[in-house]
Amino acid sequence: MIETAFTPWASLAGGALIGLAAVLLMLVAGRVMGATGIVAGLIRPVSSGDFVWRAALLLGMVSGPLAVAVVSGGMPAVQVPVSLPMLGVGGLIVGLGASWGSGCTSGHGVCGMARLSPRSIVATLTFMATTFVTVYLVRHVIGA
Amino acid sequence: MRLLSLYLIGLVFGTGISVSGMANPAKVLNFFDIAGTWDPSLIFVMGGALITTFIGYRLVFRRPAPLMEAKFVVPTSRVIDGKLVGGSAVFGIGWGIAGFCPGGALPALGTGRWEVFAFAAALLAGMVLARFLQSIAARAFRAAA
Repeated sequence: MIETAFTPWASLAGGALIGLAAVLLMLVAGRVMGATGIVAGLIRPVSSGDFVWRAALLLGMVSGPLAVAVVSGGMPAVQVPVSLPMLGVGGLIVGLGASWGSGCTSGHGVCGMARLSPRSIVATLTFMATTFVTVYLVRHVIGA
Repeated sequence: MRLLSLYLIGLVFGTGISVSGMANPAKVLNFFDIAGTWDPSLIFVMGGALITTFIGYRLVFRRPAPLMEAKFVVPTSRVIDGKLVGGSAVFGIGWGIAGFCPGGALPALGTGRWEVFAFAAALLAGMVLARFLQSIAARAFRAAA
């Protein structure tokens, strides 16, 4: 386990930027900023235009840490306190769950909740609960 | 022009994820670890994102259509079924194991860290597998009907 510093202001500002991006995407393209949906459309695009707009968005996302590095002089921290098998198994399960549940933290947790969508509220409460339980089990019961 | 705007929107999102700490699995997992190394920062990420989006969406939806498309494409389903709840429950288990969610991991690819690529590869595999299993289930359902 790695201790991390409490960063209310950076997190609030970062959150506001995430929200701003979601609002701008709706204003410009009329789309929901859901990471799962954007990737799903990249795997199986309905048209070449569909693929290109998602690719442009993804390219912008990937440039985010570089922009932060240019401004602040260092890449944002990525501390991984879990093993490679856990990344693999966790990633696979995230992919399955986000596909079946039609969304993840960005799609349901931000965009859907902001629209007061009942589906997104139920989805968000559900995954927050199972994440809490999983982290408790992994860290305090299994002790990984 | 359209692609440049989309790139810039992605950049705003990726910068927000980077600044907020959502690209850092240690921080994400610590948010959920109240019994251990608790870091409540993520509640501020959620708060900042939700307030901005809640207000912003209301302003945007006053328009008849988006700037560069014919119409808004928003999910309209209101059905709360086992697939939604079960899928979301499964998603949370994976998030709790790996510490990355898709929105956090995609921008984090830009750091070039191999751990992010490992997670993203598994994520893609999971999404493809979900579609495969679903098509098998649909075929079995049709055969039974």
